[in-house]
Parts: sequence; C-alpha cells; structure tokens
Amino acid sequence: MEFREELLRIMEKNSRMNTKELAVLLGVSEEAAINELKALEDEGTICGYHTMVNWDNVSTEKVTALIEVKVTPQRGQGFDNIAERIYNYPEVESVYLMAGGYDLMVILEGKTLKEVSGFVTEKLSALETVTGTATHFILKKYKDHGTILGKKKEDTREIVTP
Amino acid sequence: MRDPLAKKVVDIKPSGIRKFFDIVSEMKDAISLGVGEPDFDTPWHIRDEGIYALEKGKTFYTSNAGLKELREEIAAYLKRTQDIMYDPVSEILVTVGGSEGIDVALRAMCDPGDEVLIPQPSYVSYEPCAVLTGAKPVIINLKPENEFRLTAQEIEEAVTEKTKILVLPFPNNPTGAIMEQSDLEAIREVIIKHDLYVISDEIYGELTYKGKHISIATLPGMQERTILINGFSKAYAMTGWRLGYACGPKNILAQMTKIHQFAIMCAPTTSQYAAIEAVKNGDPDIARMRDSYNMRRRFLLNAFKEMNIECFEPFGAFYVFPCIKEFGMTSEEFATRFLQEDKVAAVPGTAFGDSGEGYLRISYAYSLERLEEAMKRFAHFVEKLRAQKNA
Repeated sequence: MEFREELLRIMEKNSRMNTKELAVLLGVSEEAAINELKALEDEGTICGYHTMVNWDNVSTEKVTALIEVKVTPQRGQGFDNIAERIYNYPEVESVYLMAGGYDLMVILEGKTLKEVSGFVTEKLSALETVTGTATHFILKKYKDHGTILGKKKEDTREIVTP
Repeated sequence: MRDPLAKKVVDIKPSGIRKFFDIVSEMKDAISLGVGEPDFDTPWHIRDEGIYALEKGKTFYTSNAGLKELREEIAAYLKRTQDIMYDPVSEILVTVGGSEGIDVALRAMCDPGDEVLIPQPSYVSYEPCAVLTGAKPVIINLKPENEFRLTAQEIEEAVTEKTKILVLPFPNNPTGAIMEQSDLEAIREVIIKHDLYVISDEIYGELTYKGKHISIATLPGMQERTILINGFSKAYAMTGWRLGYACGPKNILAQMTKIHQFAIMCAPTTSQYAAIEAVKNGDPDIARMRDSYNMRRRFLLNAFKEMNIECFEPFGAFYVFPCIKEFGMTSEEFATRFLQEDKVAAVPGTAFGDSGEGYLRISYAYSLERLEEAMKRFAHFVEKLRAQKNA
C-alpha cells in the first residue's frame, strides 16, 4: 500500500498515535511523517480528530434521527444552497446528497424526541424548497464507523503454539 | 504385561514448546508472545460460506483428494501467484492442514535408512515425522550470519549417498527468514546434482515483506522434484479449520493420496467449502492482514534496536528472532526468568532445534497495544539483567 494511504488508514483507526510511533509503523523518519500529516491537514484530507463515544454507556439522554428530505432543486444552484441552509444548524450532525427515493439524508442529534420533532416541523419543513420529510429514530447502535460497540473481544487462543 | 509402546515413538523427544506451555499455563497473569497463529478472525465472508455449507446439509465425505472445485481454485491460485501449473485432478491433494501434507509426503517418499535434510531452526514436526518413517533426519544448522537462509554449501556438506529429501521451510517459523530468487537459484544446482527431492513448506508464503514469495518449484527442473505444501491457516487466518494442500508430480501425489485415503479419508467438508470462498475472494483480506503484520514487524524491530538487542531483519512469517546471547543464559533460562520476573511468555529458540540456542521467538500475531506493553516489559527485564551483570 502507498505510504500516504497507509498513514491515513492508521490515523483513521487511531488518531491518538503520536508522530514517533507513526514513523516506526510506516518505516519512515519522524520528520517525513510530520510533514505528510501537515500536508494532509493543510489540504483538508484530514479534516479533524474525533473520539468514538458509545453514548449508551452515559446517562445523558441522546436521540439520533435519520431524516429523509425531499426538496425542489433550485435553478443554477442545484441542491447546494438548500443543503447549506440545513447543515448550518449546529444540531445537524451530517448531511448527504442521495441517489434514490429522496434527496438529502440529514442526521440529527437531539436530547429528546420532542426536540428532534420540533426541529423537523419548525425548521426543516418550514424551508420553502422542502417538499416532504420522513424521520427515523435510531433505537440501538450495533456498529459505528467500523467499530462494533459494546463488546470487547477476548483473546481465546492457546497461550503457546508451535 | 509386555510394553505396549513402539520404541521409535517413545524415543521421540516431546516438543520443547509443549514443555514451555506447561510452565506458562501456571502463570495466570502473564502476557504471551508465544502463539504461532494469526490474531485475526477468519474473514466473515469465508466463515459465512462455512455456515452456509452446514445449513445446506453439505455434511458428507468429499472425494479423497478434496472437492474438485477447491482443487481447481488452488490450481488457479498457484497459476496467478506463482505462474506455475498443476493439474487439479492428479497433482493436488487437499489435506488436514499443512502438517498432514508434510507427514504424508515423507511417508510416501522415505524408506528406512533414507536421509532427510532438515534445516533448523524450523517448525517442530519435520524431524519426528521423518523418524516415524524409519528415515534418518540430518539436521542442517542455519547460521545467523546468513540471516538463517540455507546455502548450497550447507547442503553440500550434509549430503551423503543416502540423502533423498530436502525439507525447505521458508518463509521460516521461527526465524522469519525468507529465501529470495537468488538464494533459491544457488541451492537448485546442488539439489539437481545430488538428485534430491524437495518438500517445500510454504505455509507462510503469503506473509512476506520484501517482494513476493517465490516457490522453488518455479525454478527450471524443480517442479518435477518438489512437493509444494501450503494451506489456509496463516494466509486467511483459518488455523482451526485444519485445511492445507500438497502439490507435486503425479506419481508421488498418487501414493500420498493413497495414505491420506486410508488414514484420513478426506479433509473436513465444511472447511473445504469455506476454503473455496477464501481462495476465490480472499486476496484483499490477505493484503489487509499483511499490511497490519508489517507495521507490527517494524514496531518490534525498532523496539529491539532501541534496547540495543541484536536482531536481524526478518522478511517473512510473523516472527522476529532476537539474539539474547549477551546475557550469558540459555534460551530456556532466559525465557523462564522473563516469564517469572516480568510475566511475558516468549518461546525459547531451542524449541525449534539446537541452533536456536541464544535466541527467542517473538510472535507479532498480537495487537499493537499488546506488543507495546510486552516491549516495555522486555526493556525492563533487559535493563535489570544488564545492571546485574555490571554490578
């Protein structure tokens, strides 16, 4: 695998890796690793460093909704303008333009069902180009960002084998 | 009552690994670097095929040599990776792991008194399997100055009129050594000159970190005198499925299949169905696991360098083989003290032959976090030993 791709794969799984360790794993000098990281950050390929949190383990109530949104695209701007009006709301987690039965997928995090439904009825549906919405609530997360939640895997191999 | 046991069996030394295992299993809180199998689960699409085969009731014997489709896929795999042709009908036998392939090949080819060249350090089964056939194992002690590769001169020095077979265990367990094209070319001439047959154990063939693995069978004149042993355990993380294969000249394979037929009947059916999926669609899995092993390999080599522990760079399998001679202990003493004092289990090099004396086998089939912790403890242990020596 190419050095750059290899670096991204490591960082995607463990962004806490320091540059010294990173350099060892990739078989390059620490300076080369630092430079590559900086370049990737500058060009916006690495857009941030996050922590995977399993909020189910925390008492704080949290509701995640996936909202299908149908919109009327605008001449000259397509979907970009309406997408921007939606993603600027801080409670919106993600916005994707979709192929298929609807146009935008909006992922929303709120404290309560009421808060989420308030957003949908008062803010989202009120946008003039929005022609319809369908809201789905997440009941349980099994796997997120490639990580299986909840279970820690144990090493069940024999201790010493030839 | 008379002694129920066969003398040649009783005379075989038990595996050094077994002995060490017994010590390790007493220590509940130890962390281990001792396994010889991948830490990855078998990729899901492969397990899924196994489950599907069970659901469909595919629970009967297969033909002795293995499912035809599997043998065809193995032939296609060897063609695309090594550019070498085997006839799936008469030149491929599906076995219960690579280990059965080694056993059956030796049994098919050795008469009592024949000599079998076995380079060591190497996997523990070659010598006992040769002994059970009545053949005489002749050990070649591989040298650290050659990075534990086999040289033509070493073969030349060990050959007698009775030498018939050379076991070629590369990429090597426990040293991680590989044989590159030029190394193979160098030994080819001696092999042909002395009319030897080769049992080439290539079970770690997919795990090399310096160019692609090359089978000795691809060299001119070698396919007709080579039994190529490979399997699914290491490449696809399928150790528990117990599935391997042997390829070679028709006349030898026919006799190997005969032994396999009487002793084993056929390799496990579920595993064979899963293996078809593995060899057909598993190339990306191999690449992913290989990349991961390679990072851990670099991590360990760097850790030993920082500790000032001598360790040649291994380019195959998932082992490093650091030298611990500076501490003036045997491998077994070192490993036992390391286990007792800093709670890490690493296998003494002598478990793989006398020439492993002064070395440890460290497996990197573990997560990076585990390796990091283990290397911290290694550094601590080594510092302590050096301080004691200087005191």
